[in-house]
Amino acid sequence: MTVEDHKGGLAGEDVARDRFPLGMRVLAVDDDPICLKLLDTLLRKCQYQVTTTNQAVMALKMLRENKDKFDLVISDVNMPDMDGFKLLELVGLEMDLPVIMLSAHSDTQLVMKGVTHGACDYLLKPVRIEELKNIWQHVIRRKKFDSKDQNKSLNEDRALHGTEDGGRGFISTGNADQDDRLSRKRKEQNEDEEEDDEENEHENDDASNQKKPRVVWSVELHRKFVAAVNQLGLEKAVPKKILDLMNVEGLTRENVASHLQKYRLYLKRINSVAAQQASMVAALGGKDSSYLRMGSLDGFGEFRSLAGSGRLSSSALSSYTPGGMFGRLNSPAGLTLRGITSSGLVQPTGQNLSSSINTLGKFQSALLPSNQSASLFQGIPTSLELNQLQQNKCTTRIRDFNPIKDSRGFTVTTSFSDSRVNVGSSPSLLPGLSSNSLVLQGNPHQAHNGGAFGSQSSLGAASLTADAFENCSGGSSNFLVHNQSNESWQGTVHSSRFSSNALPLNEPFNHDQLPSNNLSKSSTSPHIGNSSIDFPSTSAVLAPLEDSRGDVQCHEGVIGNVVHSMNYPSNQNWEEQKPDYNHNLNHTVSALNSLVPANGIVNPLSQSLDQNTAICSKSFDVSLISQLHDGALSIDQNSEVERYALGTKMTPNEDYLFEQTRSLDGFTQNSFGSLDDIMNTLMKREQNQTMLCDGEFASDAYSLGSCM
Amino acid sequence: MEVGQLQRRLVDYTKSLLTEGILDDQFSQLQKLQDESDPGFLVEVVSLFFEDSEKLLNDITGALDQQSVDFKTVDGYVHQLKGSSASVGALRLKNACVAFRSFCEEQSLEGCLRSLQEVKQEYYNVKNKVETLFKMEKQIVAAGGSVPKTE
Repeated sequence: MTVEDHKGGLAGEDVARDRFPLGMRVLAVDDDPICLKLLDTLLRKCQYQVTTTNQAVMALKMLRENKDKFDLVISDVNMPDMDGFKLLELVGLEMDLPVIMLSAHSDTQLVMKGVTHGACDYLLKPVRIEELKNIWQHVIRRKKFDSKDQNKSLNEDRALHGTEDGGRGFISTGNADQDDRLSRKRKEQNEDEEEDDEENEHENDDASNQKKPRVVWSVELHRKFVAAVNQLGLEKAVPKKILDLMNVEGLTRENVASHLQKYRLYLKRINSVAAQQASMVAALGGKDSSYLRMGSLDGFGEFRSLAGSGRLSSSALSSYTPGGMFGRLNSPAGLTLRGITSSGLVQPTGQNLSSSINTLGKFQSALLPSNQSASLFQGIPTSLELNQLQQNKCTTRIRDFNPIKDSRGFTVTTSFSDSRVNVGSSPSLLPGLSSNSLVLQGNPHQAHNGGAFGSQSSLGAASLTADAFENCSGGSSNFLVHNQSNESWQGTVHSSRFSSNALPLNEPFNHDQLPSNNLSKSSTSPHIGNSSIDFPSTSAVLAPLEDSRGDVQCHEGVIGNVVHSMNYPSNQNWEEQKPDYNHNLNHTVSALNSLVPANGIVNPLSQSLDQNTAICSKSFDVSLISQLHDGALSIDQNSEVERYALGTKMTPNEDYLFEQTRSLDGFTQNSFGSLDDIMNTLMKREQNQTMLCDGEFASDAYSLGSCM
Repeated sequence: MEVGQLQRRLVDYTKSLLTEGILDDQFSQLQKLQDESDPGFLVEVVSLFFEDSEKLLNDITGALDQQSVDFKTVDGYVHQLKGSSASVGALRLKNACVAFRSFCEEQSLEGCLRSLQEVKQEYYNVKNKVETLFKMEKQIVAAGGSVPKTE
């Protein structure tokens, strides 16, 4: 045995590396001696270099004394001296090594726990050699992402030295997957810990290995961030300078660095999403109905409600042919609209929404009659092209929505239009969000979300336009909030990593509703960063973006939206309120996101708007806009995604805050592509989700038109 | 007996164990793992298993013997026993553990005691069988042959 211990070992430390995966250094931890022995033998058969210990404490010690000593860790779940998950976390945090969990239990909960804690795999006992033969892939994967991220950050601002620092660093450096995972995990953790934090930022303790309170990238904070980045120029933006420009107390360079990284990813994603949008749209054409429904429906559903009918029957949304929307949505805005409409939001009564939704779609074409300040949709129309869904109707509807909000300013629509739908360009998508203080802000959590969104943008939507990003944050907050509240959202929205999608937009949507919006429209899996957006239950969080909850997720990539893993606030409220809505929102959001990187934002918003409006019938402050923004945000980063700023706050009775950030800038325009995606995803999701927006959104509020 | 015969007997015997469900595929896998580079592998693992299991069984018995039984602790032991049984491929024993655990969850002392009996039975059963198997293998090797792999 001893001989075997050294087999392929010392002599070939370097050699081992070269012969990777042979000679990979594995640390096995298991309190059961038999299993440990078995593991040891099997691993050796795979020609790895194995070290074993039956004590977790010992394992940690070994790992700590030399971080570079091992490539991979395999650990049992049940151990007497330390919980396997705890060990998993610590290893991930401190050493950033891939960890594989092992257990005799195949309980879903446990596996989930493993995943959320960052395990890169979960194996069941008795473990078979075939499975062990492939574990080296985790090492490669991590290495790849790590270096990719690192390079990026390093080049940009060598800020990531902070990665070494505890969690923060970790997040920054982690590879995308890990990052997300961790972020999510962190978010969850943080969420638990800091759910009450309303403030945007949490002081981040010195980067340490402990879990530090996360900085919540509220909409405002994100906005500042985006502004700073824009000022410096994306290429030149380095954390230090950004930090200086932002001039925010308590914010550390590491925070900014990691946020920047995510933002970049978001923007990138938006850009790529835009590219995909086209294809998506094409694809959507076929499935429009489904897509639109999904994403847009959510939003639309709300719209519907918003649509003056006050009670937009979310069902209407579903009727929207997502596909149609999508097709149209090409312009992200369109997407969202579609999504929204399809999501039934538009359905409000079927028609209103649709019309509104259409309007959304129309955004592209004509941004809803922006008159309505709230015409978020308007903004969207350009991008959104609310397709078919009755775009016409929608547009009109959207207008209606606007008024819905009692003068809330549903600027939503307007914002869209204003925002130059280029969503891509100006992240201002979220503006709406922020304006509403993202409704989210209302909710302490929202603030979080906002931040979360921002961070969420890491969804790969690197291209999150600053605005979008912001929006996202805002929206995300919405979304996130959604997430929070909507448990259901989580599924969808989570993916709404809105990162690209200004998902955050919508968060303001009913919290209840949107929460799930995870505008995570981020196509990738709209994991709307669980923004601890606690959107005050009221904030109906436009989360249309959040819709991405279900849908958004669909739009992977499309939504780039910051689907930050929104920490779904456990506000069930959201869910209850408008689970559907959220969906819609999410969808919309996602749709939006996907639609347009720029448009996307708009769309989502629009979608959400619709939904929101629908939902907001109550007078939501549809922060949908924000969602839209999100969508828009995802839109090209170049195109300043004007925040869709769905500014239209729909303050539904429930206080849905739909802020339709108008920042639709440019939203609609380019990004819509992503919106489409978003929408699609949303739509898909939407279908499942009942349009939240049942009329709740004071569709007026949805006037998210602003969303547009 | 000559080698060929011994080998045949061994194969048959192993097969019967598998059929009866005393051992399962995992055991076969382990057997396959045992090769030139690691000749004593299987025996080693199994011996470890026996040792560990007996200790666990004692612990369980002791825990159930308490005034106030802590079912969680018992469950923990059983879980471990289950894990190791599965690892070596002692199927029936593993199943007995699974049943045992449900009684632990129910917190039924009587059920647990009964299960313990069953588990012990299964354990001794598999222990005997495997030891016989090893003896046969030794015989073959002693007679100059090599242990056939069970397919």
